Amino acid sequence: MFDRRDLLKGAGLSALAATLSSTKALALDTVTLPFANGERPLVKYPQKRPMISLTSRPPQLETPFAIFNDGPITPNNAFFVRYHLSDMPYNLDPDKFTLEVKGKVDKPLKLSLKDIKKMKATEIVAVNQCSGNSRGFFEPRVAGGQLANGAMGNARWRGVPLKAVLEMAGVQAGAKQVTFNGMDGPVNDKTPDFIKALDIDHATDGEVMLAYGMNGEDLPFLNGFPLRLIVPGYYGTYWVKHLNEITVIDNIYDGFWMKSAYRIPDTPNNAVEPGTAPKATIPINRFTIRSFITSVPDGAKLKAGATTLRGIAFDGGKGIKEVQVSTDGGKSWTSAKLGKDLGKYSFREWKLPVKLAAGSHELKVRATGNGGETQPDTPRWNPAGYLRNVVEAVRVTVA
Amino acid sequence: MQRTFLLAISLALAAVIGSALAAPVNYKTPDEVAAFKPGPNLEVVQGNCGACHSSDYIATQPPMKDKKAFWQAEVTKMIKVYGAPIDDADVGKIVDYLAATY
Repeated sequence: MFDRRDLLKGAGLSALAATLSSTKALALDTVTLPFANGERPLVKYPQKRPMISLTSRPPQLETPFAIFNDGPITPNNAFFVRYHLSDMPYNLDPDKFTLEVKGKVDKPLKLSLKDIKKMKATEIVAVNQCSGNSRGFFEPRVAGGQLANGAMGNARWRGVPLKAVLEMAGVQAGAKQVTFNGMDGPVNDKTPDFIKALDIDHATDGEVMLAYGMNGEDLPFLNGFPLRLIVPGYYGTYWVKHLNEITVIDNIYDGFWMKSAYRIPDTPNNAVEPGTAPKATIPINRFTIRSFITSVPDGAKLKAGATTLRGIAFDGGKGIKEVQVSTDGGKSWTSAKLGKDLGKYSFREWKLPVKLAAGSHELKVRATGNGGETQPDTPRWNPAGYLRNVVEAVRVTVA
Repeated sequence: MQRTFLLAISLALAAVIGSALAAPVNYKTPDEVAAFKPGPNLEVVQGNCGACHSSDYIATQPPMKDKKAFWQAEVTKMIKVYGAPIDDADVGKIVDYLAATY
């Protein structure tokens, strides 16, 4: 759903009002993602630039991919948005906001935003990526949000370590997990509320944090204002938005969003034969390693001669050791120059000057992490459409 | 005198700005424009599916070979997993609409 006024402004034709639902009118403000049924409207939300709309209630917005070529930090107004449940806290009051810390703690807490901002702040640059990022490329296709590669982003998060808050509350012996609930909820009380859990060791590792700041500003509303969980290296499902309830428990949380949803096959590559179901599953966890060419879109026409290819790479927290690029469809590979290291959870920029002769070329990029893991040549498959990290290819015509 | 007056104004202004900052967010999403496509039993679909989510959730699903089985599984998931209060009599109507329309 595009904004009617923006569409009219953009078109400059009030006559369009009569044809708002026609394909022609929509075509002014749509993008087509590169898979079947990939047409999407571009929509302008408050605090956001025009974004690729997947759904409107609740909102799910994908980042137009070209933005990833602008630098390693994704601007707040371009950062992707993913909600599960439609009862959203659109009218929350930051002055009345309270974070409750309870359960197996010595001293239950009720912290205001002011209380949290008075604590010693910490910062980390970290990628957030939707578990379903790139699901639209799965073959055979699977149900769920049909995203291209834009449900990811990299930001400098500012807040307090979760560890510090849990220490204030005093975690009791026997604690096994910590659960996280935000202010957004279901419209139907039979729908399971969106609650996620981390093991106690993970929750107290000093890196998991409660963030109120993003790239030097408050969190945008749709990215979890005024407080969200940051779980570096882990898929976005754990990064609970509008976070207002933390509960320490002495068992393994068995709510729907941990026990049944967001599960991956319990196999060595977390993959199964395409089209089949896994025998056993585990909760989704760290990102697989990925890399992208951002300077050249698929299908681009380039001039023959020298050009510099650019892109980004990231992984689940080991950090990027090497990025290799091929201009001949994967026959030969050359190491790219890595950009500034913003931390092991950040996008790592890369660039490589290449010479392209006239003709068709298949450009490929492949990252290797500090732990030695790299990207597969053929896509791994799982029924939920998670973890995609095949070596990406961009086809260009050079003349 | 003038200085006092200016001070009073700036204090008043600060109070206004302060209270503006302290106000609830009041975030406004754009109007929901997408609509369910015309088809058999449209009103049943609007009432049931549309209660929890917008129609683009359906319209953006991939084209499947066995549409009926795909949509039957989705409707079953909505009922069993997400607790959608759909009457037994409406289930078949919704599946037929989805398979015929999307």
